[in-house]
Amino acid sequence: MKSGTLSTLLSRGAIWGFIVLELIFFTVAGEFFSLSEKAFMDVDNMLLLFKQSAPIGIIAMGMTIIMVNGNIDLSVGAIYALCAIVLLDSMTWPMFAGLGDMVIPVSWVLALIVGAALGALNGFIVWKTGVDAFIVTLGSMLGYRGLVFMYNGEQPTSHLNWTLVDFAEAQFLGLHTATWFLLVVTLIIWFIMNKTVHGRNAYAIGDNKTAAVNAGIRVGPHMMINFMIIGFLAALSAVVFYSESGSVNPNDGELYELWVITAVVLGGTKLTGGAGSIISTFGGVLAIQLLRKGLSHIGADTETVNLVIGLILIAVLFLDRQLNIKGKEELKV
Amino acid sequence: MAGLTKKDLGQLFARQGILIAFVVFMIGFSIANTRFIDPDNIMGVIRSSAILGVMALGVTFVVISGNLDLSVGSMMSFSTIVVLDLHDKIGVSMAIPTMFVMTMALGAFIGFLVAYLKLNSLIVTLGMLSAIHGLTLTYSGGKNMDIADKEGTWFKVFGQGDVMGLPVPIIIFVVLAAALGLLLAKTPFGRSVYAVGGNGVAATFSGLHRPRVVFICYIISSFCVATAGLLQASRSLGSQNTVGQGLELEVLAAVILGGASLLGGSGTVFKTVIGVLILGFIQNGLLLVGLQFYVQYVVTWVIIILAVWLDIAAKRGKLWSPIA
Amino acid sequence: MSQQQPVLRLENIVKTFPGVRALDGVSFDVQPGEVHALMGENGAGKSTLMKVLGGIYQPDEGQIIVNEQPVNMTTPLEAKDHGILFIHQELSLATELSVAENIFLGELPRKSFGRVDWTKLYAQTDEILSMLKVGFNARTRVGELSIANQQMVEIARALTHDARAVIFDEPTASLTDAEKVVLFDVIKDLTDNGVGIVYISHRMEEIFHMTDRISVLRDGQYRGTVETAKTNEEDVTQLMIGRKLDLSREALAHEFGETALEVRGLSCGNLYQDVSFHVRRGEVLGFYGLVGAGRTEIAETLFGLRDQSAGEILLNGAPVTINSPADAIAKGISLVPEDRKGQGLVLGMNCRDNITLPQIDKLTSGPFVDQGAEIKIFDKYKDSLDIRTPGWRQTVGNLSGGNQQKIVIGKWLSMHPDVLIVDEPTRGIDVGSKSEIHKLIRELAAQGYAVIVISSEMPEVLRVSDRIVAMYSGRIMRTFGSDEVTEDNLIQAISGLEGAQVAS
Repeated sequence: MKSGTLSTLLSRGAIWGFIVLELIFFTVAGEFFSLSEKAFMDVDNMLLLFKQSAPIGIIAMGMTIIMVNGNIDLSVGAIYALCAIVLLDSMTWPMFAGLGDMVIPVSWVLALIVGAALGALNGFIVWKTGVDAFIVTLGSMLGYRGLVFMYNGEQPTSHLNWTLVDFAEAQFLGLHTATWFLLVVTLIIWFIMNKTVHGRNAYAIGDNKTAAVNAGIRVGPHMMINFMIIGFLAALSAVVFYSESGSVNPNDGELYELWVITAVVLGGTKLTGGAGSIISTFGGVLAIQLLRKGLSHIGADTETVNLVIGLILIAVLFLDRQLNIKGKEELKV
Repeated sequence: MAGLTKKDLGQLFARQGILIAFVVFMIGFSIANTRFIDPDNIMGVIRSSAILGVMALGVTFVVISGNLDLSVGSMMSFSTIVVLDLHDKIGVSMAIPTMFVMTMALGAFIGFLVAYLKLNSLIVTLGMLSAIHGLTLTYSGGKNMDIADKEGTWFKVFGQGDVMGLPVPIIIFVVLAAALGLLLAKTPFGRSVYAVGGNGVAATFSGLHRPRVVFICYIISSFCVATAGLLQASRSLGSQNTVGQGLELEVLAAVILGGASLLGGSGTVFKTVIGVLILGFIQNGLLLVGLQFYVQYVVTWVIIILAVWLDIAAKRGKLWSPIA
Repeated sequence: MSQQQPVLRLENIVKTFPGVRALDGVSFDVQPGEVHALMGENGAGKSTLMKVLGGIYQPDEGQIIVNEQPVNMTTPLEAKDHGILFIHQELSLATELSVAENIFLGELPRKSFGRVDWTKLYAQTDEILSMLKVGFNARTRVGELSIANQQMVEIARALTHDARAVIFDEPTASLTDAEKVVLFDVIKDLTDNGVGIVYISHRMEEIFHMTDRISVLRDGQYRGTVETAKTNEEDVTQLMIGRKLDLSREALAHEFGETALEVRGLSCGNLYQDVSFHVRRGEVLGFYGLVGAGRTEIAETLFGLRDQSAGEILLNGAPVTINSPADAIAKGISLVPEDRKGQGLVLGMNCRDNITLPQIDKLTSGPFVDQGAEIKIFDKYKDSLDIRTPGWRQTVGNLSGGNQQKIVIGKWLSMHPDVLIVDEPTRGIDVGSKSEIHKLIRELAAQGYAVIVISSEMPEVLRVSDRIVAMYSGRIMRTFGSDEVTEDNLIQAISGLEGAQVAS
């Protein structure tokens, strides 16, 4: 089925072509519409692009595993917010009062554990009840958000620790801290997906679950591990972001799942599972972030950005379908 | 019929489990706070369930036909804002039809994407949730909408009026439920919705026009959303542009509670109405017991998971998933 | 064959499910190096037995003995460890992964930290592939292989464990003759090495060609084992159904009417080219050929599911274009599709609603459905087709295969088409119901329908057809009149062995 390879190659390469197109478009449009004096493709701006891609990007790596596996996770935004609260609030807990700045790694670890635990709960429910992942995470999207509000009502939770902020704002070897986290996470997840048994099993399960089960692969624990990974990554993303920002509103992270899924699907991962690549997801993340930056560079407001992102997702779905139609072979059903 | 086996009883309990749990809840809430069974309170619950209920009627069609609609919440915000805005600009009698047309145009767009372009309805309506939200914010300029002359307009009859002692929203809900219920249960179109949702390929092989059926379901859904927007706008005569936020999940919870399968092919309007009422009473009960609105989120979460789980468990005959 | 120790022996296997005794004391054995056929109608218990052997079910009573040791297998992997390997009818491969990853699915060789040992993986895969003499390599994506090659990957996967017994379930269903030869070679290699083969198939020609013994199941009971060389088709069929089957043609003398459907030069890309034929009222035109010959695709075109790229279709003499199934139905063409459950029925709906679905728009009184009229239609076909169901409310998914097929047929008969196309009328249906449906098809012709029957079973197509179109690779090789056809020249035609095409 040669057309299969061609369209895979096309869709893999396409995302990078799209990014180049965006760069060109916004650089040119920026000359006419931009309010700022600086060019779009300025070095600092591009470095900032990577840093700003980190929150969505870190989670998107986890979402890639989840989607390749044949699942989906709509609760990542809520997990993100909840872990952010745990991070910031725990630094003020009386029991840690004597630690000084050493409370930072403690709070980090606490937030990460909470993320992994929330993910584990999702995974456990999917495993043991057999309810489809999108319903389970649709529910926990709501439920976890409820927990977020229960923490502090509708008030923001804040805490500024200047050591932490300094660390988060720093640049090592020219790249921001957040960027480093993004790159390391990408590398690790890439390794898992391509070089480990767990990763290859993820492709197998997403491609043909029955075959995987009959081959003796333990699908239940596998899925639960994947949900723990994405929960952990959602927490990590929150940790990276809120270390610098210092204040979280209960509605933060809203619609993150949309952005993440858009990035992953844009990068060529199939909704039905069994196919997807970390590198392409990375491309998808950059493409989305580039879009956000570009649009605001030429003066569009957040409402327009939301509108555009929603429409992009639909356009990507359409293109994905077009590339997979086999022409004359298709029945008109 | 052979004697009831343990499996039959299990299935019976699973299917009626929701009802049983609901009865238990009602009793529990009544004991905790006697205001719960006060007739005024009950009427109030039914009235405020009307808006959610109207939306759930439309989503029932979409779900039975085998799809989802996550955009109904932001679409409802859109409708509310638009009708309030147009009310002051072109008068009530023009504003209402115009809003309906605009809302249904959005529904038609979604229907086109899902039915004719055959895109995945979960992702499409998730994207549209964001897009319509952006659209609403752009339209309203980010500001809330208010009607200038709140007293002088007859617009408020929809949301606040009474006809022979019954609140208008309830009347509208009941009438719409009856009409759509008949449509679904007794007409050829309704039959085709079940066929398309049960097995879309077989429906096509039987000569049914699958894209058209799915498309019409989205039109019906957007009509219901427009109605809900009308009721909401008329009730409060002013609104934030996020009024419908999160409603898509509550609507879905109601539909699921009513026993419709998210895979398509089963469910009825009547069952959805029951689901809406159950959800409404549970939320009311929680409020009366003194819990905040966000606790409802957690409760709704548990309800959705339990309801779908029991439904799946009943179908496969085993409580726990057989996956290793 | 000397009586050596059997590689596999089953003793009195009993397996019950609620209300059904699926296996009722089944015993047989498999000798090393033999090809042992397992036959039986659908529902006889073959697939349950295979699941017991494959470790998916555990027997309630009885023993499985492998090389004289009783074993208890609770998972497919355990069965493999005992040397019992299973090649399924539906391939269970992950099409996006490579050949190597599929062969070692669930058993990828590991290094530290959960990493895959790729060197070892490819080395072991190459070893197995060269043993099977296949043309593809370990890194190819399985999705790019042909069905026959994918089956080879399945076989290779089975061979990662030392085999004592290999079970093949309808292995030749999707293979060309050339590919079958390769498969039979592989089987021969296995038997030469002392492996015992269990061969499940309905295809008498193959069974009599290459098996040593035949065991028959009926209604969950073991009915006997015979040596292939000492028996014939009739006797085996008698074991399977308990009565002799009349395999001769149902000759119903009747006249043929005018031409209802004519097709001229119809082509559709690579699927079929330059197809021409006609069907008269009262006639059954059979289409015989292998999977992939293009027959179903022609039916899909006639039913509006597929656009042709060239050629004409004439109904009752007038040229028509058919744009959709609804259009085909309106023009008097009905299709009983190949995939009864996936295409023919809405399994969750009841019997009555399934039958009336295509005409639901017309069965109305006012805006509502006329349920009384619906029930009348259901009753009519329940009687005339002898559909066994407790009532119209029964969910179609609960009926047996034969009765489900009758519901589909009833659905289309109620539309009173001019042309009825039936694609694989008795696939997966027990012998008793098969015979009923064949009779039915001949009766329909006698009533004046123009019928097209597509079949992959030679006895069936010979039995019901007045004329037979033999197709190979998208082309009509020859159209046979009823007196011209023999099994040999029919096989030749559909294997592409004829020289020039012979016009009808």
